[in-house]
Amino acid sequence: MNAAADAPVVRVRGLSKRFGTVRAVHSVDFDVGSGEIFGLVGPDGAGKTTTMRMLAGVMQPDSGSISVDGIDVRGDPELAKRRLSYMPQRFGLYEDLTVRENIYFYAELFSVPRRERTERGAELLRAAGLDGFENRLAGQLSGGMKQKLGLVCALIHTPRVLLLDEPTTGVDPVSRRDFWAILYRLRESGVCILMATAYMDEAERCSRLALFHAGEVRHCDTPQGLKAAMPGRLLAVRTARPRAARAAIAGLAGVLGALLMGDKVHVRIDGAEGRSAQLLAALRAAGIDDATVEPATVSIEDVFVALLGERGS
Amino acid sequence: MNLRRLSAMVYKEGLQILRDPRSLAIALVMPLMQMALLGYGVSLDIKHVPICVYDQEMSQLSRSITQRFDAAGWFSTVRTLGSQSELSRAMDGGTCIAAVVVPVDFSRRLAATGSAPLQAVFDATDVNTSNIAQGYLLGVLADVNARIAADYRDAHGLRSASLGQVDLQASTWFNETLDSRNFIIPGVVAVILALIGAQLTSLTVSREWERGTMEQLISTPVTALEVMLGKLIPYFAVGMVDAGVCLALAVYWFDVPFRGALSTLAVATALFSLVILGIGYLISVRFRSQLAASQIALLVTLMPTTLLSGYTFPIDQMPRPIQLATLVVYPRYFITILRGIFLKGSTLADLWQPMLGLVAFAAAIVWLAAIAFRKWLD
Repeated sequence: MNAAADAPVVRVRGLSKRFGTVRAVHSVDFDVGSGEIFGLVGPDGAGKTTTMRMLAGVMQPDSGSISVDGIDVRGDPELAKRRLSYMPQRFGLYEDLTVRENIYFYAELFSVPRRERTERGAELLRAAGLDGFENRLAGQLSGGMKQKLGLVCALIHTPRVLLLDEPTTGVDPVSRRDFWAILYRLRESGVCILMATAYMDEAERCSRLALFHAGEVRHCDTPQGLKAAMPGRLLAVRTARPRAARAAIAGLAGVLGALLMGDKVHVRIDGAEGRSAQLLAALRAAGIDDATVEPATVSIEDVFVALLGERGS
Repeated sequence: MNLRRLSAMVYKEGLQILRDPRSLAIALVMPLMQMALLGYGVSLDIKHVPICVYDQEMSQLSRSITQRFDAAGWFSTVRTLGSQSELSRAMDGGTCIAAVVVPVDFSRRLAATGSAPLQAVFDATDVNTSNIAQGYLLGVLADVNARIAADYRDAHGLRSASLGQVDLQASTWFNETLDSRNFIIPGVVAVILALIGAQLTSLTVSREWERGTMEQLISTPVTALEVMLGKLIPYFAVGMVDAGVCLALAVYWFDVPFRGALSTLAVATALFSLVILGIGYLISVRFRSQLAASQIALLVTLMPTTLLSGYTFPIDQMPRPIQLATLVVYPRYFITILRGIFLKGSTLADLWQPMLGLVAFAAAIVWLAAIAFRKWLD
């Protein structure tokens, strides 16, 4: 699990890319080892997709180095492409080809032996719950099925590194479960998986996370490590009027942040004694009498907001 | 280059052509439509030019002359006029393209002086038609003059040999019936290939960029050369089938003589298809939007093919600078070859110059196409 112990499969150093005056990716470093699911999380426009594209060898970096399985991606992108598989954010398969035709097309492009193509294709389709749909046009699949087909096509040549850019966006929960079941199995077989995601529950399942913000990796650690690194303690305030409660708490001394989480407010406070009592007092002063305050379990979303700064909400 | 990857690309592209009703329609229906449209619609011959006759004299002689216009089949008298103002109205209203006026003293002057004027008025809004009509009219009058001379000789008991006379015996080669269709239709094959070939290939690469399939494709080990050949081979097959259909229609439907060797034609058609498909592909690689690509493709293939290749307007009659410019208008070579093979039965040896031109263009375009595709997102 620890990337530093073995030689990393993916090694990124000082990776940068500009679009005109916009710094899309700036001086990004990370290592990913085999058997890891490495999550790239961050708001839209933080540089996740650009990083993915540069790793996949489909976009040229301005500076920095990427090595995949010992191959320098900038120096020999075509060789690196044999070892990796990339699933773009936008569905990249042919909608006017059937499920089987798409799979065979990608198998041929990666020179997968014919018998392996048939066997592995059938096995992956079964795992994705797509068996029986072999002759359906890809364009007539549901969103979830399309993404699973994308994964099947990406895996037909047994890559060392799998790059997934928001693969489960717009995918139903059942398909997402199938998707993750396949990912866990891949991880066991030593595939190195990099995944950009906007879902916090998915981030939680990754072995390590890189928090992207404005083109930079601000924090990179295991989900547990990130939670431990979160400054302050977390309390949950439950009330019938969470919005009013949040407004009453937000400016208080010792409150580092207040985040609306459905019917409760997650409040991050500093380490000083008696903060709960102060909160309750402030709430009562604001006319909120039904509030209860108790310690909360830290979620990745709390960490995310705490580490990247609260904006908007 | 890897043959498995190449055949996978060709197979995939072929399936996409077969499943896209729009490409199929362009590939199969368009040549038929174009052939019918250009084969029937475009003709540089003028038959039954509508004329009006204003016979002021109404003598036996004047009537025998005016009847001759109709007899030749080139003109048809749509109306006989009774006044000058009627003539103006007929010309203004477009009733006729030409009007012939026989003066009131025509026969008298002819008898007295041995010559008499006839007036002919032409509507020259369409210069081409009016020129041709003028030519026809002079032909008819030459015939009339010959008849008058013959009558005179007969009346005076002279033998024709005693009068010095040059007799032109014209014989037309290669297009004996002087049918402009025989001249136009071989060129239609070039126009159809230019239209269809570039239209189809100009969309193939830009479509993949627009639909997002290119991002995944370029993340695989497929090479630029494999992408190019994979795209061009299926459309090359389509182009050759279309050319075959056009050829069959030309020969069996429009009865255009085919005097050369099919193999020579096949070689020339293959070279021209390569140029056209290569241009379409280059445009498609350059412009990542389908609309822009297809517009540009029309501009650089169809325009030169129809206007500057000698297909409609003879190159020797163009101004000198434009004649020189046509040397880079690649369709001119193919049109020259087509007409040579169809009408003259020219062989490869006769056609080595335009063939060399096509080979040079095909080589240059394919080379450019091979290096144009870059496996990178912008």
